[in-house]
Amino acid sequence: MTAIHEDGEWRRLSLRMLLIHPIQEIPRALPALIGVIAAGGSGGQRGLWAALGVAIPVGLGMLRWFTTRYRVTPDRVEVERGLFNRRLLAVSRDRLRTVDASAHVLHRALGLSRVTIGTGRSDREGGGSVTLDGLTAAEAGALREMLLHRGGAGEAGAVGAREAGAAREAGAVGVGEGAAAVAAGAREAGAAAATAAGAARAGDIEIARLDSTWIRFAPFTLSGAVAVGAVAGFLANATNEADLHPSDFGPLRNVVDWLDGAPLAAAIPVLAFAAVAAVAIASTVGYVLAFWDFRLTRSPRGTLHVTRGLLTTRATTIEERRLHGVEISEPLLLRAVRGARCLAIATGLRVGRGAERGGSLLLPPAPRTEAQRVGARIVGAAEPIASPLTEHGPRARARRHTRALGGWALVTAALAVPAALNSFPAWPALVAVALLPAVVALAADRYRSLGHTVAGSRLVARSGSLARRRYILAADGIIGWNLECTFFQRRAGLVTLTATTAAGRQRYDVPDVEVEEALRVAEALLPGLLDPFLERDEAKAA
Amino acid sequence: MTRALAGWVVVGGVQVVWLLATDGHRAAHIAGLLATAVVAAAHATVMPQWRYRVHRWEVAPSAVYTRAGWLHQESRIAPISRIQTVDSERGPLEQLFGLANVTVTTASAAGPLEIHGLDRATAQRLVDELTTAAQATRGDAT
Repeated sequence: MTAIHEDGEWRRLSLRMLLIHPIQEIPRALPALIGVIAAGGSGGQRGLWAALGVAIPVGLGMLRWFTTRYRVTPDRVEVERGLFNRRLLAVSRDRLRTVDASAHVLHRALGLSRVTIGTGRSDREGGGSVTLDGLTAAEAGALREMLLHRGGAGEAGAVGAREAGAAREAGAVGVGEGAAAVAAGAREAGAAAATAAGAARAGDIEIARLDSTWIRFAPFTLSGAVAVGAVAGFLANATNEADLHPSDFGPLRNVVDWLDGAPLAAAIPVLAFAAVAAVAIASTVGYVLAFWDFRLTRSPRGTLHVTRGLLTTRATTIEERRLHGVEISEPLLLRAVRGARCLAIATGLRVGRGAERGGSLLLPPAPRTEAQRVGARIVGAAEPIASPLTEHGPRARARRHTRALGGWALVTAALAVPAALNSFPAWPALVAVALLPAVVALAADRYRSLGHTVAGSRLVARSGSLARRRYILAADGIIGWNLECTFFQRRAGLVTLTATTAAGRQRYDVPDVEVEEALRVAEALLPGLLDPFLERDEAKAA
Repeated sequence: MTRALAGWVVVGGVQVVWLLATDGHRAAHIAGLLATAVVAAAHATVMPQWRYRVHRWEVAPSAVYTRAGWLHQESRIAPISRIQTVDSERGPLEQLFGLANVTVTTASAAGPLEIHGLDRATAQRLVDELTTAAQATRGDAT
């Protein structure tokens, strides 16, 4: 067990990475390897070439260990790497925002993990982060502790007090939900007992833990759609390339024969059902792989820890000083089964794509009451999570409807005109007409979702229907304001108010709000910022 | 205006090439070309003036404000204490007319503040002023 000190001494990655780096390199070198073998001539020569093809990537992989070193000084973290082109990456320690340790199967077998240190650089995707691939788990843990836990005892006390307050308020959220509150309370008590029995770190407070019943939400996340699409695409491509026909394989032949013989009306539902089932299964598998053993804990020293994963484990540490709010996202399907997920809005932690949202996820798809409880605990107040929102008024409602119907009318016209000219089948246009009620319902739902409020010193707003999001953003995380209005918005007297921030999605919108209300919200959250400019706007409006 | 005209010249040019490259439908092609010319002329006269009337900027002791756009307008406000960088740049067109653009960025990736078409002396003064003011604040402005 190597303890890490802030002595500024250069260190190397774990020696065991000599085993992992080469294995990681081989898949990357595979296309070249195949090329080499194919071009390598015949007989004994071929074996020689193949050996060379394996040796080069393995050698390069091992070289990575010899050329990479890092050190931690009291105010900086430095990583030096590269053979011919040596690069020194230096990160100032007070700019560190997140520390993320992940370990895939190979890493875990050897007790290693890959540490990624995130800085506040958000002007570039993935910019400014430093990766140390291959520290022993103990080193990784020690590094994490050291980098993010600089706070003194005073800070710890303050966090503890806030935690207690949040727990009380979180209880209040549950009350409105009736029976759910009892369940949540029981779970909390159970979790507290578990924490007391044997937590990983003394003093950590568990906020949430994966409940195996949450897996029921997995099929509604559609996160498997990408995987299924990729596999289907790959298979189709491979069969084409290799000139294989699905009918060459026994069991598949029956399926293909049946599809050939069956009427279209029967074949389409069957295929659709198969696709839905495949996506649901893939989503569930993905959920289990990504979120197995999920735990969200708060350290009294001012950090949040997320640990999860079945094969590849991942541990993310977020400094609470950098956490400016949370986002509760409810995609339509998940909303239909009363589920939601909870995301962090933190500086230096961009909301990514995919089921894991680039590490900003605080709670995987789970019951909505649970997402709200976690959100309240993180924010430290229940009010912004549950409070009713100010509606945006009839003009915003009209705009939702004109936008939805306008788009629908354009598409329908685009489909109907060629159909009328007999140059295009008529059924797409008929389908479009049949979708009218759905479009109207969507517009109505989009308006119902729309709302905003100022809760204390936090901006709360919700919008969207297919992907409905409610975010709670603290005023001290807001940098400035953008007020945007298109031609049609201006005629309706509405603007889109955007809070710009260095955290999360970088911009948080309050769409289609009346001008006076937008100014009132901006003024309430950042008092005085607008003062020098307001007169001009009023003069212009008059 | 020059910029708008340049864009339309490209569109017109494509149509001319198309006209010359294909036989037949000559009347339709010429009608299309004329329509393009009319729209281009209208765009080139209306848009720049509209943009000029909308575009404004102001620096107060505590914040910077800009407004830009024409059909789609946007106002942006950033506190001086949150300014990360102040750039001024002159493209070929700006050099031709003796102008400069100033861009003020904050730690957020959502929209830097851009002030277009300042004369050079004003731009230089503004950059100096903002840089000095931004230096006066402590912390990393995130």
